[in-house]
Amino acid sequence: MLIKIKTLADIPSSEITPEHVYRSRRDFMKVAAAGTVGAVTAAILGDTACAQAPTGLAALSAKPNASFGVDEKTDPLNTYEQITTYNNYYEFGTRKPQPAQNAHTLKVKPWTVKVDGLVEKPGDYGIEDLVNFNQLEERVYRHRCVEAWSMVMPFIGVPLSSVLSKVGPRASAKFVEFTTVYRPAEMPLWPYAGIELPYLEGLRMDEAMHPLTLMVVGLYGKVLPNQNGAPLRVHVPWKYGFKSGKSIVRIRFTDKEPLNTWQATRADEYGFYANVNPNVSHPRWSQAREQRLPSLLKNRPTLMFNGYADQVASLYAGMDLAKFY
Amino acid sequence: MIRRAWAGVSAVLAGLANWRFFKPAVFIACAVPLLVVAYELCQVLLWNQPDALGADPAKALLHETGRDALALLFITLTITPLRRLFRVNRLQIVRRMLGVWSFTYAVVHVSMYLVFDQLCYSWETCQIGDIGKDLVKRPFIIAGMVAFTGLTLLAITSTGGWVRRLKKNWQRLHRLAYVAAVAAIVHFVWIQKSDFSEPLKWSYWLAVLFGLRIYFTIQKRTATRRTAVSS
Repeated sequence: MLIKIKTLADIPSSEITPEHVYRSRRDFMKVAAAGTVGAVTAAILGDTACAQAPTGLAALSAKPNASFGVDEKTDPLNTYEQITTYNNYYEFGTRKPQPAQNAHTLKVKPWTVKVDGLVEKPGDYGIEDLVNFNQLEERVYRHRCVEAWSMVMPFIGVPLSSVLSKVGPRASAKFVEFTTVYRPAEMPLWPYAGIELPYLEGLRMDEAMHPLTLMVVGLYGKVLPNQNGAPLRVHVPWKYGFKSGKSIVRIRFTDKEPLNTWQATRADEYGFYANVNPNVSHPRWSQAREQRLPSLLKNRPTLMFNGYADQVASLYAGMDLAKFY
Repeated sequence: MIRRAWAGVSAVLAGLANWRFFKPAVFIACAVPLLVVAYELCQVLLWNQPDALGADPAKALLHETGRDALALLFITLTITPLRRLFRVNRLQIVRRMLGVWSFTYAVVHVSMYLVFDQLCYSWETCQIGDIGKDLVKRPFIIAGMVAFTGLTLLAITSTGGWVRRLKKNWQRLHRLAYVAAVAAIVHFVWIQKSDFSEPLKWSYWLAVLFGLRIYFTIQKRTATRRTAVSS
């Protein structure tokens, strides 16, 4: 019997329409068809639909990596609109819609990332020097915020390990620290942030090198929008969202645990590890349940390590996670 | 100049308060935000517009109703100083109504917390244990509940019957409105992660209200002393 298996390699990735894009097109058609003013509405909506599937942001081709996917039945994708208009990026305002309104002032080209610390090849790198754009993958990740809401997002990027390997961390490097861009002139609302800037985050080396940890450059088939951390950000799906630094300008290797911004702000509420954990509550709210946006209800049980326990629990074997929160 | 402006404000307030439809107009103004909330709930729940309030409609509605309750409480507390400063006694006729409206928004706010956060839309789903934990362990919930309990007591005892029954104690009891206002601001501060600019604005208002109360007390004392001396 001949079993023909279609492999992704047979079809150029640019030819594949990801399901969510396909679905959003269908939704657009439905909306357009429902327009009472017919063609006129459709023409106007055509523009809005393009804005929704963002104009101005270049398309990125990436291979869907199903081994890091989620079950779309239990974890349906959030819409592009939801993911890009509900953001925590305090440099552009502390309220959720503000970054989408204000982050356009950030200049993301040209962009350099300073690599220093305990590393073989320190220096200033362009994004293309760090990220291999021919090897981009699309991974659908759950994103759980420490504020007890969550979304599902189709990110495009490369494993962070591939980025770090390029610059050669020394064996003595035990941690890596990420600095987010801080340019007051391009961030009019920075004085309201209420946190020390620039924003700092860090990971243990084994966490950073873990295959799940992603260096993200795109979202929903396009270049990452500024409010989501353009031009490049980290995403660590088993940790609370604040661990995933945005708009990275510096990668520093160190042998000491970095003091991340939220821990520096309120150490009793935010730790270094910040692994998603339903059993360790935030002092001001429980983490046992979460609200999967846009649902009104906080009715979803939070999963240990955000549902990635099989892959990452071993990193923390023997650690008291209530102490290292 | 200042005196003329003062007289102008006084005249405007008096004109407003003496208007035939003053009370119904204030009632309608207070009801508008509630209608907006009802409309937004319909958008999200009935009309299939999940993103009408942004990606987190529950948070939007909770913040909105909380803000409405707080604003109305502060407007209620501002009535008496306005009445005294500008000598427009008729303003008083809307004070109780404003206070009860503030309580109404607080009820909606607390109900939303119970339904959205603690799933109390049915007995089976309601997370009673979690509510208990929140009430014991989460300072911001405790502060909110202090404010809400205060407003509840004030709303219950707002009727003419209670005014008569409690006599002098009624006024004492109704100073709880200030306790509720402080607790509400504390509740607001404690839910913020780092940006405290908004609750700060409310505390400025509260400081002005306290300042005016102290001013009126001093004024009253000197006045009574003067009458005591002259008689």
